[in-house]
Amino acid sequence: MSDGKGGFVMPKVNVLDKFCKSCELCIEVCPKKILAVGDKANAKGYFTIVCTDEEKCIGCKICATVCPDVAIEIYK
Amino acid sequence: MEKIFGRSKGLTDVPFSFCPGCTHGIIMRLIAEVLEELDIIEDTIGVSPVGCAGFSQDFFSCDFVGAAHGRAQAVGTGIKRSLPDKIVFTYQGDGDIAAIGTQHAIHTAARGEKITSIMVNNAIFGMTGGQMAPTTLEGMKTSTSPYGRNIGTNGYPIDLPKLVANLEGAVYVASVSVDSPKNINQAKKAIKKAFQVQQAGLGFAFVSVLSTCPTNWGLTPSDSMKWLRENMMPVYELGELKVAEEVKSL
Ligand SMILES: Cc1ncc(C[n+]2csc(CCOP(=O)(O)OP(=O)(O)O)c2C)c(N)n1
Ligand code: SF4
Ligand code: SF4
Ligand code: SF4
Repeated sequence: MSDGKGGFVMPKVNVLDKFCKSCELCIEVCPKKILAVGDKANAKGYFTIVCTDEEKCIGCKICATVCPDVAIEIYK
Repeated sequence: MEKIFGRSKGLTDVPFSFCPGCTHGIIMRLIAEVLEELDIIEDTIGVSPVGCAGFSQDFFSCDFVGAAHGRAQAVGTGIKRSLPDKIVFTYQGDGDIAAIGTQHAIHTAARGEKITSIMVNNAIFGMTGGQMAPTTLEGMKTSTSPYGRNIGTNGYPIDLPKLVANLEGAVYVASVSVDSPKNINQAKKAIKKAFQVQQAGLGFAFVSVLSTCPTNWGLTPSDSMKWLRENMMPVYELGELKVAEEVKSL
């Protein structure tokens, strides 16, 4: 993705651990299959989601669209 | 790096109280984003129901009033009539609006109250343990219909948006679903229009949203989405069921 200054900016997905309930809906819809349940639990005991290959994220926002707990941020 | 998706200003920083994978949360996000996009967070008063959405006031950054079971539209009517410049919306489960609150669902529409009502239809009473609701599908097993809803003894499911669309005072009625990214975006468009109708003072606007209840359906969040698609969508027709002439030009 161009940053408008001749460089490239990789999109990035950021899961807000406080909100994630490990429902796994995002994992299923990600076209790049780069989301997975992580090995760290948040304060409520949910094993929150991690991105397994940041390079591959295309910033499509599909994961964030289906997340019922608004736990996903996307940067570009 | 620029944030291209994040939590709307219409939401507080409080995590939802819903079960994992419950699509109540998607619907709340869509409403919050619409409030932000229309720049009406400060001007809006929501009315919360009794049910799983009974804690709505904690999650939205606009003002809120809590109503008794099924009475959100009566409370909303009072608020709107006394403060006509405010944007008033109700957020109600199907048990709240289509069972104990049916009279208000009908008469709020018949009176053409200039408010917006959002119904969350998960075909069940969620909060109280998954009892049969008026919206429960034929043959659907619930905690009070363990052999499946029997039309002979329990009657037919109520399609509330279709009923409301028949009433003169309802100027915008839509039936949407949040089972897929495409339908979620479609749902947001309908919710936005339902608020724009109120901004323009045109009449009653109603959006019914097909939603999941993984906990009481006894399914995973993902299987719940599939179940909704395969079982609820054929019964509850999706689309803009009514767009009055004056709404078309919005
Ligand atoms: C007057 C009254 N009657 C019954 C109840 C019990 N009650 C609490 S929530 C609820 C149903 C909620 O179902 P629904 O509106 O479908 O919302 P959901 O929890 O599924 O989101 C009932 C019957 C109550 N709180 N008050
Ligand atoms: S933005 Fe798209 S590609 Fe990136 S993690 Fe989300 S769904 Fe996957
Ligand atoms: S959809 Fe949201 S809450 Fe569910 S697992 Fe993914 S990030 Fe967590
Ligand atoms: S009981 Fe059902 S409707 Fe209520 S929060 Fe849980 S999944 Fe959602």
